[in-house]
Amino acid sequence: MIDGLNKAFESRVRLGIMAVLVVNDWVDHAVLKDLLAVTDGNLASHLAALDALKYVQVRKRFVGKRPNTSYKATPAGAKAFRAHLDAIDQLLNKDLRQ
Amino acid sequence: MIDQGPHHQDLAHIRGLMERSTRFLSLSGLSGMFAGVVALLGALVARERYEELILASGGIGLRGAGEGARYLESHVLTTAWDLVLLAALVLVLAVSGAAWFTWRRARRTGQGLWDPSARRLAWNLAIPLVSGGLFCLAMLWHGNVALVAPATLVFYGLALLNASKYTLDEIRWLGISEVVLGLLATAWVGAGLLFWALGFGVLHIVYGGLMWYRHESHGNDAP
Repeated sequence: MIDGLNKAFESRVRLGIMAVLVVNDWVDHAVLKDLLAVTDGNLASHLAALDALKYVQVRKRFVGKRPNTSYKATPAGAKAFRAHLDAIDQLLNKDLRQ
Repeated sequence: MIDQGPHHQDLAHIRGLMERSTRFLSLSGLSGMFAGVVALLGALVARERYEELILASGGIGLRGAGEGARYLESHVLTTAWDLVLLAALVLVLAVSGAAWFTWRRARRTGQGLWDPSARRLAWNLAIPLVSGGLFCLAMLWHGNVALVAPATLVFYGLALLNASKYTLDEIRWLGISEVVLGLLATAWVGAGLLFWALGFGVLHIVYGGLMWYRHESHGNDAP
């Protein structure tokens, strides 16, 4: 394994989730599902994994009578995601220099 | 040996998502061009009445007391409110046309017309724009007609500048151009209509054309 690459972000869906969450405030489940074009189940399992790592915050509440779930990146999650991007960046640049 | 391909793709994927989730990118250049044409037509209709208005406000400047001045003053206000109505009509036409072209493009690119990025764009455009609109109405209310045209351009430009963080980059430059034009217009108060036609007509057509050429022509309208 290469230094700096985070195993938590090996899945493309998780990369996508973090990409959306670091540049936005609370994002609704439905919006996330639309942007990433994934199924509810798939999205939910990746979000649960990120939640277990404390990389995302989950907020469940009612908007009117409908339940609404939204997510936000935690500071730790944003930091880990940025470090992962830097690692990818370095990896690509190293390859260019060779 | 590590395969570099997936990492390149990951970065592109991430960049795309960051853009799409924060910016409303379906704004159509045709919207701008349509609004520009409507504005130019409105300016043509307004021209005759506007000249009348300038002459009449000159009359008030003569500080004549009595019947004549009072007639002129009421005449200025009536004409001014007529122009406000005309401007409102132009605005409604331009905005609905613009919304239609953008709706068409949003459907093609698959981005919703009223997703969070669109709402953010609308909100950030509306705050300075509505403030400016109310401010200009207040100026009319106090019979201060001279700076209305420059003020509309400046406020509109600032509204675009504010909204540009949430949409295509060209909007930022359109906003800056409108502000500069509005400030220039303060030096030629009598030529307000000309500056209006330049700002709402010509600039919209130019930037709309540019946006259309860069993002929508020759099939680079990627979903």
